Amino acid sequence: MRTYIAKRIGISVIILFCVTFIIYGLMRALPSSYVETMAMQLSQAPGAKPYEEWLAQLNAQYGLDLPVPIGYVTWLGDFLTGNFGDSWKFNVPVLTEFYNTIGISFAMGGLAFVFSTAIAVPLGIFAATHQYSKGDYIISAVALAGISLPTFFFATLLKLVFSVGLGWFDLYGLMGRDFAQLDAVGQALDMVNHMVMPVVTLTVIQIGSLMRYTRTNMLEVLNADYIRTARTKGLPEHKVIYKHAFRNTLIPLVTVIGGSLPGLFSGALITETLFMIPGTGYTSYQAMTAGDIPYTMFFLTFIAVITLLSNLLTDILYAVVDPRVRIS
Amino acid sequence: MSDSKNGMPAEKNDQVEKNDDQQYSLNDDRRVKVLSPGALIAKRFFRNRLAVVGLVILVVMFLFSFLGGVISPYGQDETFSTTTQLNTQYAGITETTTRRYTAAPDAEFGALVQANANTAINEGAASFERDGVTYTIEQPAPDLYTFSTGGATVAYASTYVVSVPAGMTAPSFDFQIAAITAISAANATEDAPAEDAPEVTEDGTVVVESDEGDAADEAAEAEAAGNTFAADGASYTFDESGNVMDGSGATVAMVSPFVISASDGNTVIPDDLREALLTAIDADASEVVYTDEAGAEHSYSIDYDAYSKVYNVTETTENMVYDRYASPSLEHWLGTDGNGMDMLTRLMYGGRVSLIIGFIVVFIAAGLGVIMGGISGYFGGWVDNLIMRIVDIFYCLPSMPIIIILGSAMDAMRLDPWIRMIYLMLILGFLSWPGIARLVRGQILSLREQEFMLATEATGITVPHRIIRHLIPNVMPQLIVSCTMSLGSTIITEATLSFLGLGVKFPFASWGNIISDVNNAFVMTNYWFIWIPAGICLLLAVLGFNFVGDGLRDAFDPKMNR
Repeated sequence: MRTYIAKRIGISVIILFCVTFIIYGLMRALPSSYVETMAMQLSQAPGAKPYEEWLAQLNAQYGLDLPVPIGYVTWLGDFLTGNFGDSWKFNVPVLTEFYNTIGISFAMGGLAFVFSTAIAVPLGIFAATHQYSKGDYIISAVALAGISLPTFFFATLLKLVFSVGLGWFDLYGLMGRDFAQLDAVGQALDMVNHMVMPVVTLTVIQIGSLMRYTRTNMLEVLNADYIRTARTKGLPEHKVIYKHAFRNTLIPLVTVIGGSLPGLFSGALITETLFMIPGTGYTSYQAMTAGDIPYTMFFLTFIAVITLLSNLLTDILYAVVDPRVRIS
Repeated sequence: MSDSKNGMPAEKNDQVEKNDDQQYSLNDDRRVKVLSPGALIAKRFFRNRLAVVGLVILVVMFLFSFLGGVISPYGQDETFSTTTQLNTQYAGITETTTRRYTAAPDAEFGALVQANANTAINEGAASFERDGVTYTIEQPAPDLYTFSTGGATVAYASTYVVSVPAGMTAPSFDFQIAAITAISAANATEDAPAEDAPEVTEDGTVVVESDEGDAADEAAEAEAAGNTFAADGASYTFDESGNVMDGSGATVAMVSPFVISASDGNTVIPDDLREALLTAIDADASEVVYTDEAGAEHSYSIDYDAYSKVYNVTETTENMVYDRYASPSLEHWLGTDGNGMDMLTRLMYGGRVSLIIGFIVVFIAAGLGVIMGGISGYFGGWVDNLIMRIVDIFYCLPSMPIIIILGSAMDAMRLDPWIRMIYLMLILGFLSWPGIARLVRGQILSLREQEFMLATEATGITVPHRIIRHLIPNVMPQLIVSCTMSLGSTIITEATLSFLGLGVKFPFASWGNIISDVNNAFVMTNYWFIWIPAGICLLLAVLGFNFVGDGLRDAFDPKMNR
């Protein structure tokens, strides 16, 4: 077991190097980088140096005059020593910006995760136990519709109905206009109010696949011999389903839950952008489109690390939950 | 069987056959119905209601997208125009209500003298004195006073203003006095409007047509009416609206209490339009429709600004503009978009783009995935290890951020929309092959151990043949299901990117970039027909692929007996 984990971590580190190198190369290859924009601005100030000189100076300042591999090594050295640099776009240290935004993303992701699990798993079980019934058809259709629903379309529909039509929520943002005048409770309520639509969007988008996954796995388990045995020995149906079948369905569900861990931290890029929620997703979107190398590098590396860790965790959990699985 | 080689009697043989016939006849009523695997799958597929619904949706979407573009009478980027009424300030008309003083070219008649003159006129005095000079006041016409001193006329006062058409020299002082005398006198006596005066319709509109051509006629007419005067040794005629014409019929001056000034210095206001405008003011009409020499109809509206005491004449012109965000009509069933293009046609072409991109991306991904997964699964060992690590790297790459970064890179490079679309397909395809590779590898790993593969090895079939002819077909069911499902998700990804402005670009339509109009909150709230149909198309197409994929999965799976 220990050697297995060590080996997996070793491979993960190599993968991480490759991934960060690819991302770094991509960021460097952006033709109109942040630096060029800035040099253009600076050179237009009265009495400023010409554009080329500014460009050269800024490139040297940000280490962009180095070739990509050397630049990558430099970045890696800084990163490993905990020097993440300052965000170009937001003009604050990368970590500060990250700390400021991760909380809201995590809260939203967590809420959506809890809601979607609480709704999807029971419905999935119901669909499986009532296979080919009307309920099953409806649930399957809804699940597929949830998967097919483009986030941006659903979010816009929500906005049209609840914000424009009914006026319950604001169209954008996390804080209302009178946020500063509210007391602590009011501020909290205001933020909750602004988070309703994004969380609903996230929940609806996630529900579909989870529901289907539960249904498929539950069906597989229900076809197993030991379920027939349980029935033949005269156990009540709910005991068969919830004690014998559902427990075994939990095993593949662990994989899904492990797989959704990175999503909690990375923030919902599209949803946050649509609602302009200042979470990591929206922030990183702005950083990416602006060519902000330090922030993007930090953020994407962070996600890669979380992804690898959660994969590892899922595999280990798998062995822990299911004694039949032996890691070799 | 009938002619046996081992020399058995034919009769016995026949008996056996008869026996067989009785027991194992192949008559239709006895035959056990066995379906081919393909037919079995089809039967299972069509029994699934959701799958059939999905198939119907897909067929409709394909017909809509690929046939619709052909049937639609409009092109993908054909713009439509509409006319709007545009009001521009044309002229201002001021009525002079206070007397204006005009001095002779070589005389002086200052403001103080004018003040004295005013007082004298109001008192009805015949003369007044100022600075030792005595001025005699005469009133040759109801609205004209002349001032003379020592027998020479030095100034006149009148509410009539003499103006000249553009390009003519100012008339002489004597001419002005003569003209005002004649016209003022004529206006005072004249009650009924002249015969050819513009008519005012019941709804308060003055309609005139240009008659510049018959100026000589008009002059003759005026002469006949006795509207003539002589000045500077020449004789002039005038009409009732104060146009003064010389012998040849050319207008040399306008004499009227109304001053008309064009808002635009380059505009020359034609005489008859002037006449019409004055008639309209006289009759309190607010609309003037004027047909110029070229036959073009102009319409003017007059409104009085009491504050500045000016009649403002605005010309209403029709301008062609793009028919933006037009509501659904018979001509445009779903209205028009922000560029004045037919929405329904855009939707059809958008569907074409979205579906084609989906297919090409999945084709690239499946091709790469099958090759890599096949090699990996079949050969195993270090090749397998290497390919699987590459797959791991791809799995670990956050694909959405990568696509966004590349999208903004293409934005910065200002790529041609067509080339950009090709790059988009390549990128999406290249980022999504690892999933398929993993699936193919897993399948092949288990298939490799089965007996039929041993048989292929024993019969000496070559390795490429073994992979392509014997392994891949067995992976096909899983592959088809996976591809169908990923078609849906690819279409969503493309739409999301286009929505964010990083995918398919104008002039190409795609369902995503049609919806991206809602980034403008006004469009979102007011023009539902812009984005709701595109969203529904998108949803239906993806739903169709998912339904069909789901149905295929169930149909391929022999365990799912119904």
